[in-house]
Amino acid sequence: MNWILIGVLLSAFFILGISRLSACIRAVAFQGALLSVLPIFVKGWNDPHALFLFGGTLIIKAMVIPSLLFRSIREATIREEAEPIVSLHLSLLGGGGIMVAAFSSLNALPHLAPPFSPLFIPAALSIVLIGLFLLISRTKAISQVIGFLVLDNGIFLFGMTLVAEFPMTVELGVLLDLLVGVFVMGIMIYHINRTFDHIDTGALATLRDTE
Amino acid sequence: MTPLLILTGTPPFFLGVIAKTKAFFAGRKGPPLLQAYYDLAKLLRKGAVVSRSASWLLRIAPVAILASLLVAGLLLPIVGEAPLHFEGDLILFAYLLAVGRFFTILAAQDVGSSFEGMGASREAAFGALSELSFFLGLLVLSILHGTVSLNGLFEATSSRLLVAPVIFLLFGTFFFTLLTENSRMPIDDPTTHLELTMIHEVMILDYSGPDLGLILYGASVKLFLFMVFVSQILWPPVGYLGPLAIGALLLKVTGVAIGIGVVEAAVARLRLIKIPQLLIANFVVTALALLVMLFGKGIG
Repeated sequence: MNWILIGVLLSAFFILGISRLSACIRAVAFQGALLSVLPIFVKGWNDPHALFLFGGTLIIKAMVIPSLLFRSIREATIREEAEPIVSLHLSLLGGGGIMVAAFSSLNALPHLAPPFSPLFIPAALSIVLIGLFLLISRTKAISQVIGFLVLDNGIFLFGMTLVAEFPMTVELGVLLDLLVGVFVMGIMIYHINRTFDHIDTGALATLRDTE
Repeated sequence: MTPLLILTGTPPFFLGVIAKTKAFFAGRKGPPLLQAYYDLAKLLRKGAVVSRSASWLLRIAPVAILASLLVAGLLLPIVGEAPLHFEGDLILFAYLLAVGRFFTILAAQDVGSSFEGMGASREAAFGALSELSFFLGLLVLSILHGTVSLNGLFEATSSRLLVAPVIFLLFGTFFFTLLTENSRMPIDDPTTHLELTMIHEVMILDYSGPDLGLILYGASVKLFLFMVFVSQILWPPVGYLGPLAIGALLLKVTGVAIGIGVVEAAVARLRLIKIPQLLIANFVVTALALLVMLFGKGIG
């Protein structure tokens, strides 16, 4: 389980440091694929609930959402650069700081029972905060969607700790919510692009009525 | 005696291994494995030409660099116990490597060529950044093995392949540090000689003859030290002195050399402004290794 958590953290850093959007989307897809294996680790191979969750997560997080994002890149003919407000150097350092903060708060957070590794909660917290950081530090709508997905992956990690008690319908509902969210954002990106010829959300701040 | 012979005798051989691997991936035949030895012999037979504006610094620099690297090599347990060891020698190890770099940088500025000064400033900047992750990695290693001596670091563990997340993270960061410190491919191209982006090669333009030979030899020793270091993290030494231990060591280092060759064949050199970012990423990954070590107990 530690390997998966570390892989998830590393892919989050990859997203923080890379400027090519297609590479970012691939990294999010990879992160989703890693996360989809977790239910099996938590509940075991022969549990139908875990297998269903594995399949659903893999299909939605690692296949459908990335292909939607690739499609919106293609349709909106976006230039393939992330263009963050904070420079990539600083975002990487910020990600490191977030990680240190999240891990040092370990003692303030409840400890988990043995099937979970002690890294679980700090890793989930760092992923959520890194996602938040991505969300607020990028200007392009598509990289904000990527930040949102990372944020959601962190929440998924937190949810994993409750998977034994949660009914499956709740988990699937959350996944479908995410899918619909990305779908709507894809349509919005398309419309922003149609209206402004680019998807820099900075331009939205200057909206006003035309006389 | 054996560690000393290996330390002084084998390093140029691995340059040949790297060159062969690169040639293999490029579909060429490549220079003979012992090419580095031929080059050294040729250079040592020549006379040296020293610029009129150079001071004594340029003359002592090759010797100082080589001496600091060889002493660093004595601290590292290459086969069996290190010839020199005491508690806390890993700090001395890191600083001896830094002394070597210090003399390279200082001597590069001695002649007053702006071209060499540029290389020196780059080396200093990247060196400072890569040292961060190097020291943090050493810290993680010493927490992992519960000792602050290089000797204990590589002998406390059983001699089998260590498979744990933190070991792999550390292997990654030290491998990257190796590429940075030895000006290998994604950071700097060791074969280029006419480009504005080169770092190490530009600093040694003023040497000729035996001096250049010493510098080349020193560079191979440094590479060898790092390769030993990196390979021992993943696969600690086998037993004590004896043919088995020596064979295992040479096999491991050859493996790392082939790894470097593969990386160099597969990766293009980065743009110069991208390099600090990669070094920071490396630092963050080392920090992750530290946190995993502290909170996840490293293993599992």
